[in-house]
Amino acid sequence: MTSLDQPTRTSSDRVATSMVSARLPQRAPLMVAGIAVAVGALCLLLGLGLVPAVLIGALVYLVALPVWSLSIEGRRTATDRMMTGLIWATFAIALAPLISLVWQVIARGVPAINSTFLTYSGFKTSLDAPTGVYHAIIGTLIITAGAAIISVPIGIMTAVYLIEYGKKNSFARTVTFLVDVMTGIPSIVAGLFAFAMFTLLFGPGYKSAIGGSVALSLLMVPTVVRATEEMLRLVPDDLREASYALGTPKWRTITKVVLPTAIGGIITGVTLAISRVIGETAPLLLIAGATDITNTNPFSGDMTTLPVLIFGKRTSAGNEDIIWGAALVLIVIVMLLNLVARVLGKVLSPKQG
Amino acid sequence: MAKSIDVSDLDIYYSDFLAVQGVNMTIRARAVTAFIGPSGCGKSTFLRSLNRMHEVIPGARVEGKVVVDGQSLYDPMVDPVAVRRQIGMVFQRPNPFPTMSIYDNVLAGNRLNSKKMKKSEADAIVEKSLRSANLWNEVKDRLNKPGMGLSGGQQQRLCIARAIAVEPQVLLMDEPCSALDPISTSAIEDLIHELKSDYTIVIVTHNMQQAARVSDETGFFNLKATGEPGHLVEFNPTKKMFSNPDEPSTEAYISGRFG
Repeated sequence: MTSLDQPTRTSSDRVATSMVSARLPQRAPLMVAGIAVAVGALCLLLGLGLVPAVLIGALVYLVALPVWSLSIEGRRTATDRMMTGLIWATFAIALAPLISLVWQVIARGVPAINSTFLTYSGFKTSLDAPTGVYHAIIGTLIITAGAAIISVPIGIMTAVYLIEYGKKNSFARTVTFLVDVMTGIPSIVAGLFAFAMFTLLFGPGYKSAIGGSVALSLLMVPTVVRATEEMLRLVPDDLREASYALGTPKWRTITKVVLPTAIGGIITGVTLAISRVIGETAPLLLIAGATDITNTNPFSGDMTTLPVLIFGKRTSAGNEDIIWGAALVLIVIVMLLNLVARVLGKVLSPKQG
Repeated sequence: MAKSIDVSDLDIYYSDFLAVQGVNMTIRARAVTAFIGPSGCGKSTFLRSLNRMHEVIPGARVEGKVVVDGQSLYDPMVDPVAVRRQIGMVFQRPNPFPTMSIYDNVLAGNRLNSKKMKKSEADAIVEKSLRSANLWNEVKDRLNKPGMGLSGGQQQRLCIARAIAVEPQVLLMDEPCSALDPISTSAIEDLIHELKSDYTIVIVTHNMQQAARVSDETGFFNLKATGEPGHLVEFNPTKKMFSNPDEPSTEAYISGRFG
């Protein structure tokens, strides 16, 4: 008995399925979207508000396309088309506030901005002297820079300890836990801490920008630690071993190999941390005070930042221009910062090819 | 500038786990010594204990003696950093520093130890090391390009150039060709032959033909049984190993009748 005697499966035994099935025309989503827009526009003409009209249009699209697809293409494709539509819809919902915010700030802020607005402080030397937000721009830059100078070295060195030296010993685990706790500190509590610390050190009534920087650095440190930790963890152990095998001491391996390899991500993390604290108001009201005068000494006297200025001006009428202008300036500062960080990260990070 | 290594009664641990037990051998200077054996039998672990790279892993430790040129490596007075300057290492996967150019990668050993040197001196070291690594002609026009832009085989030769730029006494190679194609492998084997006149070379390989081609002496490692520590089964000149080994299990492994 040889294997030839046994029955063999031939290709004709298997059921051949067709690879061709009914499909909607390629432009089907566009066509349905056109109908949906038309329905929405009709609703708008009939006197419905903008929001209901958009919702009805979206609903028409989300119902019509899957139903059409179900009748021709079958269940799987219909589900696919509905989920695609839903995901785009949620994307639009997430984007709407951002676009509206940017649009509002630009539309209302741009008219307020001119050279006087950017170069004069809020302090009037005479009754008809021009005023601006120069003092708050300077204050924002000084206080935020101070916070960065305090928290970036602490944050990066903490992360280096946790990843390179701690190796999950009990002290490192405690530090990690405390960093997590710090992430959750409300900003007003950080402000109270700085207020209490400077009152203890310099007596009651002490106000200065450096106090504000200390308060903000409390909020920044955990973000910097977390971001740097993640980046250091991404550096392959191969590189550390390659460096050790060349007879390089551990600290030089960290400063010359590990940190340069992770620098792009660390810069991004630091920028995110700065963007987070640059808009803080509450802790600064407590410790840095508010003023209309340009103060460039971070160690004495009140200093105003843009968010504090906006908070202070909002109560009295006739200040809308200043508020929107200040908001726009703040957003531009954060955007410029991100831009600089991106360029720096690109230049410093490892290159391929 | 090459030294011999004497190993006696070496036990290697990962925390409480005994990975390699009771190794005795003498690695000759200016010769190539190859280690063969199945995966997980402790070849690489043993290799890493020869330049104290083993202890980089938390909890890893060693008992016994490794003596290089009369100096015991695990003496409390010995600085592991100084040991690694004398005994260089090439790894399984090419690992050039991604932030550095080809030029800086070769000089990394000197630069990372902040050795001050003149430009002409540095140029000379780079050219000499890249020439010894058979890479000079391929990269001489793009020394300032990133090292990561080279092909895998070129990256591995760059790592060898980097290791020999600090002029070590001994060169350890942990499966240096396992990620490379046959042509790059052959380039590196030629290189090992050339380096033999100046360096003591120890190479771990899974490729029996490679061990037979490049090495003067061969050590066969094996596990006593599953879960037991690895040990050195046989250590003999390569010719004898591959023609008339002392141990039947060596012959079984080499001829493919293993297990």
